[in-house]
Amino acid sequence: MSADGQARLHWFDDEAGPVVRPYAMTRGRTTSAAQHRLDLIAVVVAEPHADDPEADTTLSPEHVDIVGRCRETPQSVAELAAGLDLPIGVVRVLVGDLVAADLVHVNRPVPPAELPDESILRDVINGLRAL
Amino acid sequence: MVFGRSKGGKHPVEPVTLKILVAGGFGVGKTTLVGAVSEIRPLRTEELLTEAGRPVDDLTGVEGKHTTTVAMDFGRITLREDLVLYLFGTPGQERFWFMWDELSEGALGAVVLADTRRLEDCFAAVDYFERRSIPFLVGVNCFEGAARYPAEDVRRALDLDPDVPLVMCDARDRESVKEVLVGVVQHAMAYAAARRRSPVTT
Repeated sequence: MSADGQARLHWFDDEAGPVVRPYAMTRGRTTSAAQHRLDLIAVVVAEPHADDPEADTTLSPEHVDIVGRCRETPQSVAELAAGLDLPIGVVRVLVGDLVAADLVHVNRPVPPAELPDESILRDVINGLRAL
Repeated sequence: MVFGRSKGGKHPVEPVTLKILVAGGFGVGKTTLVGAVSEIRPLRTEELLTEAGRPVDDLTGVEGKHTTTVAMDFGRITLREDLVLYLFGTPGQERFWFMWDELSEGALGAVVLADTRRLEDCFAAVDYFERRSIPFLVGVNCFEGAARYPAEDVRRALDLDPDVPLVMCDARDRESVKEVLVGVVQHAMAYAAARRRSPVTT
């Protein structure tokens, strides 16, 4: 029907895409100076002194949001991206800013090509069986 | 949330994180498998693609769209307070292989899910992990209504190396998926041990 035709011509709400283009939040940056590519499962941890990020006027709302989320529980880059509904690339840049500002630190996962300890793998197997 | 801000000096636990990839053709049950064991509803992360995908993506009806997204579904299993396993479903389309490279970096291993009705859909994944020496296991997702084949036949059809495990599974069933994941980790351990014994095998 015509409603169908209308829907095709116009995008509303989420379909129209984000109001702020994602990389506008990073001011166009696609990488951050300090951080090489953060792994998807690198864990972002808020620094204990980062208890009032809103007071820092240089931070964007997204920065503040990331610090807030990580203060509750340390979170992986992938979880942050999913929670904030932002592309991974954007989250990487924002986390890089926060590391530079000393508000968070990042725990990198086991480096590639270096398999984790056999004892960790055993723990994983036991943990899976116990689920 | 419940506990509000913690004012004390107590540091949150910083877990060791590991990941296992779940690959296979479109609609083979990757997200179902992740959902069967994940403690969270599978989450979705996206990465923006720009012009690069244009000649390939069918944008009929959305001609104004200049970006497209690659989505990855993932789940989380907290094994211990300080040990967290993530499962990542790889993007189905092969042209997103650049994302695979990133995903497979540092991965413990991979599950290649196969559907015997469309076995060819997982050739690319098998090939990918073989080339990059990433330990993987083939899980044959036993769909209702699909003919069951003996494991040997599937193995031959996929031309698997003898040391690659192949198991029958049900991606909807938590116990079955747990066994698949245990199999991947065991295989990764054996694989690492074999590599230590003969580091240079080319």
